[in-house]
Amino acid sequence: MAVFEPEAEGLVLDAEETGGDIVGRSPWALAGRRLMRNKLALGALALFLAIVAVSLSAPFYATHVAKTDPFKSNVTGTVTIDGKTVDVIQQGTGKLGLGETPIGPTWHGQFFIGADGQGRDVAARVLYGGRASLFIGVGSAFLACLLALILALVAGYSGGTIDLIISRLMDLIWAFPLYLLAISLATVLLARPLDKPLKVGPVTLNPGSLWIPLVIIGLVYVPYVFRPIRGQVLSLREKEFVEAAVAQGAGSFRLVFREILPNVLSTVIVLLPLMIATTILTEAALSYLSIGVQPPQASWGTIIEDGQGLLYTRPWVAIAPGIMIVLTVLALNVFGDGLRDALDPRSKVRMK
Amino acid sequence: MGTFVVRRLLGLIAVMFALTVLVFLIFFETPGVDPARLMAGRHPDPQTIANIKHEFGLDRPLPVQYVLMMKHMFVSRDLISYSTRTKVIPEIIAATPVTLSLVIGAAIIWVIFSIVLGLGAAVLRGTIWDPLLMVLALIGISMPVFWLGEIVNLFTQSRWHNFFLFSWVPPLGYTPLTQDPFLWFKGLVFPWLTLSVLYVGFYARVLRANLIETESEDYVRTARSKGISERRVLVRHNLRTSMITFVSLFGLDFGILVAGGALLVEVVFGLPGVGLLTYHSLTGLDLPVIMATVIYGAFFISLASALVDLLYAWLDPRVRPT
Repeated sequence: MAVFEPEAEGLVLDAEETGGDIVGRSPWALAGRRLMRNKLALGALALFLAIVAVSLSAPFYATHVAKTDPFKSNVTGTVTIDGKTVDVIQQGTGKLGLGETPIGPTWHGQFFIGADGQGRDVAARVLYGGRASLFIGVGSAFLACLLALILALVAGYSGGTIDLIISRLMDLIWAFPLYLLAISLATVLLARPLDKPLKVGPVTLNPGSLWIPLVIIGLVYVPYVFRPIRGQVLSLREKEFVEAAVAQGAGSFRLVFREILPNVLSTVIVLLPLMIATTILTEAALSYLSIGVQPPQASWGTIIEDGQGLLYTRPWVAIAPGIMIVLTVLALNVFGDGLRDALDPRSKVRMK
Repeated sequence: MGTFVVRRLLGLIAVMFALTVLVFLIFFETPGVDPARLMAGRHPDPQTIANIKHEFGLDRPLPVQYVLMMKHMFVSRDLISYSTRTKVIPEIIAATPVTLSLVIGAAIIWVIFSIVLGLGAAVLRGTIWDPLLMVLALIGISMPVFWLGEIVNLFTQSRWHNFFLFSWVPPLGYTPLTQDPFLWFKGLVFPWLTLSVLYVGFYARVLRANLIETESEDYVRTARSKGISERRVLVRHNLRTSMITFVSLFGLDFGILVAGGALLVEVVFGLPGVGLLTYHSLTGLDLPVIMATVIYGAFFISLASALVDLLYAWLDPRVRPT
């Protein structure tokens, strides 16, 4: 049987390192070290950051590599490849010589994966779409987690009527079938005549704004995050260290912020990447159904919808954004698993 | 047990009532939405709008409208859709078998496959199969289901349609079981598989995690030390407990799908089910149909969660309701 050597396992900083005392590492530092050793999770994080970086470089790509404006209709444009000038949208390529088909993948700088029904460069649009999808995905996940955290702390700590009201409200939102709620809010907000945009205080939200889907998706997932956090707050409330703090005369504020919150934080941190993955998938679905991101904005979901009409002739328009989604969500899932293993190795739910 | 049932039933009715009020308010109180104006088409003149308002009772005060709608829905059961001007309830009844065919078929597939995958991965822990199967599961939950459906369509309807493997696939759409069972089946195979992929991935992971967790429980060690064969230990002791979480999650997901959650698959494969109906009613701002589908959906979800709670309490005596 191996002897447990805290110094060797890096759990404790011995005398040489701290100049005198033997001190234990903080749990956060320990978690960090465990995470660093998980190469797969780090790789996944790197992949996700790479996708973010590539999406952010969309304007650069559009102006310098693709040399097009991916939001402007380009139905009559032409492009020169290998010295030959071809129409972006070619006529008469259907069975009976009818119909028009956009150009397919050229695997060159311009129209790398071809053009869509309006003659726009798909590769550039996919990058811009990434900006929108990632913005909404990350933003709504943060919004949901933040709101759920606040509500769960208040509900779990207060107990009684406040807890009851908040919990019932969350149950109500959750009982509403997920898509129905998002769809209702989106449809109602978006079905506005163009002359009367929605004004929330000093902020004007036009239908093309990305904030509308962001807030909708964020609100929809609050109950999902609320439940586990509240459960944890309830159980933490009964623990001895809280009792000790109360005996020391700690007020409610201090209890919540200095005792309960740090413990709940690790749950939230683990939930975040998984929530981002979920919100990205939800945003894609809503945009595909035309109730998420609206034109002229593009997101991965809207491009898949654009590609639907061209599916049998120019499949790349629909395939490419989907691949981006799969890679991003996969990376987030793997990283989330790694994060959970790092922050709670005693958890019996290990995916290793 | 009796009081539990009654309490849940009352809770169900309360939730449904609250939902209808919520839907009503969202629909009417959000500034800028005017269903009469939207129904009147392009460039409506005030008289047309006023006529439509009167015809559908939209000029009455809100509480009155609400009561009228509830009456039409439950009492006289002749609620009329705004867009098709036909009765709503028969529409939903017609759409239900489509959704049920889709969901039940997919559920059978995903339960079988996720048990195989999850069990296999847990049993084969330590070999190459475990991480491999889990990666497969991860990919399954990372794919947007509508995108997967499009890809499936691309291959089965277009690219590889001429090969023997996919030549039998009928065009997108639904054939009732009573009309032509073989066509019904052929038209549903790929929707079933597409819908299952996501859930197989999720449930395989859940099952595997549960199996590993219960592995270290005392009663499993006891069983093993009694000399019971490994297979018996797995099935009779380990699996049974792990299935509790599996079953309760399954109940909830099944309820959500029947309630219209399968709408993406229905849209991609052209199946006229409840999900599609819901989607059309929402984008067309067809309030009666919206209300009807919301009530239908909420009923099934609440029913499913109540049944799951009941089942959970029955399966796990530690969780009996107080």
